[in-house]
Amino acid sequence: MKNKLHLHPPHWIDRFLQWRLPEEQFEEVQGDMHELYYQWIEEMGQKKANRMYLLNAFTFLRPLPKRADSLHKTNPYAQANSFIMFSNYLKVAFRNIVRQKIYSFINIAGLAAGMALAILIGLWIWDELTFNTYHQNYNRIARMMRQETMDGVRYTMKESPLALGKELSSSYGSDFTSIVIATGTMDGLVTYQNKDFTQKGSYMQAQAPQMLSLKLLKGSNDGLLDLHSIFLSETLSKKLFGEADPIDQVVKLNQTDVKVMGVYEDLPHNSDFRELSFIAPFDLYVATNEWVKQAEDNWGSNFVNIYVQIALHRNLNTISAKIKDIKLAHVSGEGAARKPVLFLQPMHKWHLYSDFENGLEVMSEGLKFILFYGIIGIFVLLLACINFTNLSTARSEKRAKEVGIRKTLGSMRWQLVGQFMSESLLTAALAATVAILLVYAALPALNEVASKEISILWTNPWFWLAIIAFICCTGTLAGSYPAFYLSAFEPINVLKGSFTTGRFAFLPRKILVVLQFTVSITLIIGVILVYEQISFTKDRPVGYAQDGLVMIPITSEDVAAKYKVLRNELEQANVISQMAQSASPLTSMWSTSSDLTWDGKDEVMVADFATLAITPEYGKTIGWQLVEGRDFSAELASDSSGMIINEAAVKVMGLTNPLGKTIRWKGAAKSYTILGVVKDMIMESPFKPSYPTVFFLQGGMNFFLIKIKPTVSASVALAKIEKVFKEVTPLAPFTFQFVDETYGARFATEERISVLASMFATLAVFISCIGLFGLASFTAGQRKKEIGVRKVLGASIFSVWRLLSKEFVSLVLISFLTASPIAYLLLSHWLANYEYRTEISWWIFALAGLGVLLLTLITVSYQTIKAAIANPAKSLRSE
Amino acid sequence: MNRNYLGEFEELVLLTVAHMNGDAYGAAITQDIKSRTGRTVILSAVHVALYRLEEKGLVTSSVGGATQERGGRRKRVFSITPYGINILSQIRQVREELWQLIPKAIKPSSL
Repeated sequence: MKNKLHLHPPHWIDRFLQWRLPEEQFEEVQGDMHELYYQWIEEMGQKKANRMYLLNAFTFLRPLPKRADSLHKTNPYAQANSFIMFSNYLKVAFRNIVRQKIYSFINIAGLAAGMALAILIGLWIWDELTFNTYHQNYNRIARMMRQETMDGVRYTMKESPLALGKELSSSYGSDFTSIVIATGTMDGLVTYQNKDFTQKGSYMQAQAPQMLSLKLLKGSNDGLLDLHSIFLSETLSKKLFGEADPIDQVVKLNQTDVKVMGVYEDLPHNSDFRELSFIAPFDLYVATNEWVKQAEDNWGSNFVNIYVQIALHRNLNTISAKIKDIKLAHVSGEGAARKPVLFLQPMHKWHLYSDFENGLEVMSEGLKFILFYGIIGIFVLLLACINFTNLSTARSEKRAKEVGIRKTLGSMRWQLVGQFMSESLLTAALAATVAILLVYAALPALNEVASKEISILWTNPWFWLAIIAFICCTGTLAGSYPAFYLSAFEPINVLKGSFTTGRFAFLPRKILVVLQFTVSITLIIGVILVYEQISFTKDRPVGYAQDGLVMIPITSEDVAAKYKVLRNELEQANVISQMAQSASPLTSMWSTSSDLTWDGKDEVMVADFATLAITPEYGKTIGWQLVEGRDFSAELASDSSGMIINEAAVKVMGLTNPLGKTIRWKGAAKSYTILGVVKDMIMESPFKPSYPTVFFLQGGMNFFLIKIKPTVSASVALAKIEKVFKEVTPLAPFTFQFVDETYGARFATEERISVLASMFATLAVFISCIGLFGLASFTAGQRKKEIGVRKVLGASIFSVWRLLSKEFVSLVLISFLTASPIAYLLLSHWLANYEYRTEISWWIFALAGLGVLLLTLITVSYQTIKAAIANPAKSLRSE
Repeated sequence: MNRNYLGEFEELVLLTVAHMNGDAYGAAITQDIKSRTGRTVILSAVHVALYRLEEKGLVTSSVGGATQERGGRRKRVFSITPYGINILSQIRQVREELWQLIPKAIKPSSL
């Protein structure tokens, strides 16, 4: 450190020390500090030295014993017992809170509600931002991504060819600490002692546990080296073995014997690997799947995920640039024309920066969510703080006399400031406590809605630091106005009773109330409309009968081949009324085609059709509604060249008399005759119009559809169905879905919006009402004498109430007029996302307006009625 | 041991002052304790301990020379008083007695 004397510790810290320490101590302390500072620089560099300097300086805030020789020149106040003074402030503050129960309750509750929302949103954002940080190598892990152009669109995908993984290990090994080839998360059937569990898991190469820093409860990191091994999550291990030792036990994974070599702590919810209940060696995947072996050297077949851990001192971007053309070098013809480019995506980008559109990164939903709710959180918090200040100042007049008396008795101004500050700090601290309790109570519900596992960060120092910082900020902000304003009163004026607050104090409050109500009304209208949209769509006819309809996925061709046997057995068991097979589930369409031609088709026209292979009983099973023509029949062999189309398809084809017309696939010889037309069914998102669909009788089947007899209860029927399936297809796992439940899940996003929006709306209304309450109490206090005079002159209680309430009603009306166009614009924008949508009708606005108006009257009436029934003798006594 | 109860950290500081004999001041003591015990020592803690010890009469201090490193600021050099030495040896004596009482079987062999 030749030039170390050019480095200086931060000057402001020295100034802080000078302020803090008595003169004679300052010199020696600063000398010591500087000496240590230069040693720190040598030991750990300037950055850390600065931090140490700051830390050491600030610990001098502790009470320091006075040096004996400096005692005689201390100032006279040094011996004053300020502790008693402070405890008096707190005592008075506490008494004030207890004396005015309603006021304190509203004030604390309002602030707590705002804080709770802010904490919730903060925790949410924290959860999003710390995604994947469970993995200790977080900063060095990346995954292979690939961009290719297909049909003119640039797609970004994370699946890579298996050969690429091998190429990386053999030619680029020095850039990486480790490379793990893995399958995506997939279902696996884990069997132990004849008990089947369908679990999510992945096949990964042996370094995976180390790379992902799995916390192993049993076994060791290299357990996956053996071909027939498996790692289980803690939950799965408990499920299979209970408390017994799982190590070296043999279980079956998809009918192959594997030995349990390790148990890892369940991965947290905010990890991309959260679903993994088991991890098996990737080689086992290759060994048990013939097609993988064949695809091993095929660069065109992308089906594995490649995770890498960057070697120390290597740069991700450099490596990324180095490897970008590896795939291009190994493909030719069409594969090369797609211009494949590889790149590495670091782990910290996986969660929030993984949305690509045409090759470019776009803002993901998660990030939009963070921004949107972050802004809302800050906004609500701000409103809550301003309300808090408002309510405090509204009561300032009541405290004016106290200030007068304290001043007369010799309080200095800074003491009064301190008193009001400690009071508002105490209130803010109470509110923070309530807020944390609220958050604690609300988190389960929020997790349910958001399908997350957020918890309060009890042990995180940053969390507590944020809370404390927040208490100090709110307390000081809210307390500063009354503190400086009230403490400036002339005692003679306030004690004489000639003190009044200026008229100008009203305007900002009114603006604030209008602002709050504008937000609230907008939110209320939004909530009603979202609810309308959901129920409107739920009422939409699905076009088939959902009750008692069960879908069972077909796991292999062997099972599909057992259709006839299953059907007979189930009919004999007397629990089903119909059964069919289909290529797609009823709630999503797996295959579409734009290659259909028909009689009289305009050659340039391009039209997409959903194409669905079914068995002849399909229509009877789901209960579709024929408009014209006839259903398929199992008896007529000629029906294999027949087709049934839906009304949307008729419209797209432009056929006036569709029956008997022929349809064929472009380039294929076989033609299909239209046998019948069915009503449109919702087989995709219920918010979209029905897809033009053609049904025909050939192709691979992926689902059994079973209609349970209406006279048999679903649970009894399912037990029997499962029994039949276990007998006929003992090797296949039996899983099923109710069609109506799967269909209901289609509304999840909208229902989540609905729940969140109503949460926000409730809070906003609550906070607005508190603001209004503050204004009302302020007004009532201001106009006390006016009301007294009016009453003496003969005004009735009702007329006084009307007089006071009118003002607030007009404020709310202004808000309503502002909110309506804003809500209309925002909501028509939102509704435009849905092709099948409700209308924004006037009654929604009317309902919101009336509701808020009613709420306003209730809120202000407490104050206005109190003012109206007060005895005028009391308010006029001091004149 | 009369009224003079010494905290663990105070004892450490006092011992350091004693062995640095005449060269003991805040920064030097901080560094010495840190290098011997490996724990992070905060300067203000050392200062507070020194002032307390001085208050109790276990150390005395005088203002000493400045160096360039200190930006020309003088340092306060502490040295132990005979009373301080006395207290330290009392403490040690009690410790020794206690050590003797530890049964042979569990006593580390090096002591």
